Formats: sequence, C-alpha cells, structure tokens
Amino acid sequence: MKSGSNLEKIIASGQMAVTAELGPPMSADPHEIIEKAKVLKGFCDAANITDCQTAVVRISSIAAAYISQQAGLEPVMQMTCRDRNRIAIQADLLGAAALGLKNCLCIAGDHQKFGAAGKLKGHPGAKNVYDVDTCQLVGILQKMRDQGLQQGGDKIEVPPKFFIGASWTPMGEPMDFRPYNLKKKVDAGADFIQTQGIYDMELFKQQMEKARNLGLHERTAILAGIIVPKSAMMLKYMDSSVAGVTVPKPLIERMLKAKEAAGDDKKRAKELQEQEGIKITVELVKQALEIPGIKGVHIQAIEWESAIEEIVKAAGLYPRPNL
Amino acid sequence: MIVAQQKPFEEIWEMIKDFKKVLVFGCNTCVAICHAGGSKEAEILASMLKIKASQEGKEIQIDHAAIERHCEPEFFEPMMEKARSYDLILSTACGVGVNFLSERIGNIPVYPALNTSFYGAVPEPGFFVELCAGCGSCILHLTGGICPVARCSKSLMNGPCGGTSNGKCEVSDQIDCAWYLIIERMKKLGTLEKLFEIQPPRDWSTSRDGGPRRISLEHIRAYEEKEEKSENKTEAC
Repeated sequence: MKSGSNLEKIIASGQMAVTAELGPPMSADPHEIIEKAKVLKGFCDAANITDCQTAVVRISSIAAAYISQQAGLEPVMQMTCRDRNRIAIQADLLGAAALGLKNCLCIAGDHQKFGAAGKLKGHPGAKNVYDVDTCQLVGILQKMRDQGLQQGGDKIEVPPKFFIGASWTPMGEPMDFRPYNLKKKVDAGADFIQTQGIYDMELFKQQMEKARNLGLHERTAILAGIIVPKSAMMLKYMDSSVAGVTVPKPLIERMLKAKEAAGDDKKRAKELQEQEGIKITVELVKQALEIPGIKGVHIQAIEWESAIEEIVKAAGLYPRPNL
Repeated sequence: MIVAQQKPFEEIWEMIKDFKKVLVFGCNTCVAICHAGGSKEAEILASMLKIKASQEGKEIQIDHAAIERHCEPEFFEPMMEKARSYDLILSTACGVGVNFLSERIGNIPVYPALNTSFYGAVPEPGFFVELCAGCGSCILHLTGGICPVARCSKSLMNGPCGGTSNGKCEVSDQIDCAWYLIIERMKKLGTLEKLFEIQPPRDWSTSRDGGPRRISLEHIRAYEEKEEKSENKTEAC
C-alpha cells in the first residue's frame, strides 16, 4: 500500500471505486462540511474536497478535508498549482499528511479571472503562482513519498504517504494529444485519475481505447467523471460553455421533455428534471463502468450531495465495500 | 521590443499638477514604435498638459524633448544639463528609462507617463502582442517557437490544462491557447514526440531572483577598459 487510504484499498481489491465531491463553504462555519459529509458517508469511498474551485475563496481544502475525515468521510484533498509555490505546496502536504490525510488530487486550478463564472466578484486581480504545473506537482508528491526527498533534494524524515491523483480532460482539445497528456501524468506518478465530466460516452470510449493502447489503464486507476445534470439549462450551459464537455443532443432533449411535462408548474419542472438527471446519471455510470480499463466513477453532484445516495443505489454500487 | 502604453491622462495630471517646470521627455526607440512615448507623443502629451493647466488656472511651464534612447548614457548625456533645469521630468520612456534617468539626474524627480507592459511584436500596425516573458531560460526549441511561459495563462510546461475550447484559453475567447498552438505547430514540424517528455520543475531563479538580474560580459568590459587606458596615455603624451 502506498498510502493505505480507503480509496486505494478499494481500487487495489479490484472493485469499482466511487468518489464524490464536497465543496467547502465560503465561510468559517464547519457545520456545512459536517452535514455534507454525513449525507455522502457510506455512499462513496472518498470525496474530493475542492481547493477554491472556480477561483473563489472558501475553507481551504486541507482544513475541510480534515473536518470531513473527523466526520467519518474519507477525503481526497485537492492541491492546485494556482495559489502556492513549491515551498507552500510541500509545507501543506507535510501538514496534511501529519493530520492523517491520505489522498491528494493534483490540479492546475481554475484561473483567477473565473470568479465563479462571473456569478461572484472573486479576485480577478490576484497574482497567480504556477511555480509548478500539474505534472510537476504529481512528480513532487511521488518524490516526497517514494524517495523521501523534497523537490529541492532535502531529506524528509517521515515522508507524506499520499495516494496521488490527477485530473484528465479526455475530450479537451486537441483531442489527439489528450491521451499523451494523461500518459505524462501517469509517468509522473499519478496513482488514480478523475476525468472531466463525461456525457458523450461514445467519444469517451474512443479516448479510452487510445489510453489503453498506451497501456495507461494498467498503470493508473481511471475513474470516469460524471456530473449530475439538474436541468436542461445546465446541460445546455455545459455543452456550450464548459471546455472539454460535449453533451449529446438526445440527452438535452430528454431533459427538455421532462421540463415541458410539468407545464407552467415551475416546482414540478424542477422535480421532473432532477428525476431525469438522476436517471441519466445512473445510465452514464453504468455505461462508464463497462468500458475496459475503467476502475470506478467520480460522481459530482454539485451543491446537490443528497442525490448521491439514490444514484449509487440505482447503479448497483451500494453498499460500498468495507475494507 | 518593449511595449508600453500611456497612463490615463488624469493620472498623469495628478502627478504633475503641483510642479512649476516640467519636461516631457520622450524616447525614440521601442516606445516610439508602439506610439506611446516617442518625440511625437511627448509633444502631444505636453500640449494636452498645457491646455489642462490653463483650464485649471495653474501656471506650469511644460516643455518637451526626446532622445534616441533612454537606456544608454551616451544618448542622454548631452541633454543632462538642460534636463537639470526642470523641477520634474515626466518620462515617456519605458520603466527602464525612468529608473536609469532617476539614478543619474540628481535631486530631480523622474515620473512615469507610461505603463511599461511587455516584450512584444507588431503583427499589424497599431496592434502589439506579448511573445516573450524574459524568463532567462529559453525553451522555445522544445515548444515549436511558441512560449508557454509568456503565452499560456498558467505558464504550464507540460501541455494544456482542461480549459482549451475552440483553440482558445479558458480565460477569454480572445486569447489563443498557447498549448493548442504549440501542439499544432509541433505536429507540422514532425516533432510532437518532444512534448511527450516531462519537463521537470523549472529553476525560476533566472526569472525572478534576488535583486535585479545582471549580465556581465567580461571580454567587452576588459576591451573597453584597455581602450580607455590607451586613450588616456595618448592624451598624456
């Protein structure tokens, strides 16, 4: 075992892994994390604790991950390259490991201009760091863990033992380079991969075939990312505005149908779309798990953690293994 | 070249309004090419400031001048005496020029009329684009002549992030994704496999180190010293 995390154990056991997502709040109140952790506990093997996603200031991933762990939900802490140089990154990794955290997902981080896609003020005038990129960050974690060395070469008495993750946007542009992008992260030391949200399963199958041809599925655990759709509007937005995400028309039409079935009743339209969203997610999860080389799913129910229970049960992924 | 842009006029006015004798001092190299601070721009700025001063009822003598380059002493030495007769130099040179003149002119303030922006090229008249970050450790041979340090919004070194859309950056559809360009260029050059290698964490000490970066060409300095000595000898004879 590299880290001994629950996620690592489940992947090592050959069972399909399920991860979810928990977004920390924009306040110093820990209760929201505890509540969300309670909702997710038992329905996933670990949950990603986002690191100021969309470049919005929230409780730090490490602190929220610790709170989640205390509440009984195994966290996958996230570390972006946007906000810290290699000194801060490694200091935080040592601290996180000392707190008992065992999974870490390395990501570039949304650019500071994002500010929650314009919904919040954010900090567009912030200075970003990007001292290292994701690939280099993965390499730093591996060097710390396996060689007991800091990036600069100094020895680490007690190395941080992380199960190292990275993200992958299989349908990002240029698509023919994306399998190699994945290979670099695997070469750098990524033990597991969570993909960007996938709606176009056929296209994803093609990218997975390329990844398999490079032998990557045997060297890392690829978890297919599924973002739970809430409404037709959300699917349209994802299709048009989120990089690396394409939503097949039939899925959007299904959601529109669900919405229209409610007539003018807005509350009912919301309910029907949410029901359809869960149905779509379950189908996508099942399809993804059948793709050779896939080792699990990363289900993101953004600000809708309560949906995970129903999805996991309907997809036949409940109860979660207790190792 | 160095690309700069004139500061908002009101900001410049706020800087100079309490001085009595101001020289708007242009530079005819980089900042003239980008229409920000050459002799023409220095003259126009001086005129605008004169109009503003008269509107505000302020008595300020505002003159203008320009020299070829603000970053080498020989160009502004002949102007130094005149410059010292002012109580403010409003420089329309780049930041290098403002620093360099400040160090040499004595107890006269040198204020910047420009915001020095980047090292760039002129793809078409009136349009300037940053292409190099001056990081001090060039890797363009590995990236098809397209710099990810300057041109990728995240200065990524190992390929694109997940934010590429229609060849554009996640930050704006007005910004080309540098990695998209690099990959397409490397495909055309038949050298895509170069990108499969992991680039290790960079040594940024060439980019931002302790204090200003310096380069000393010893052979040139030794030659100049020798020349100076032999000149002195000739004079003594």
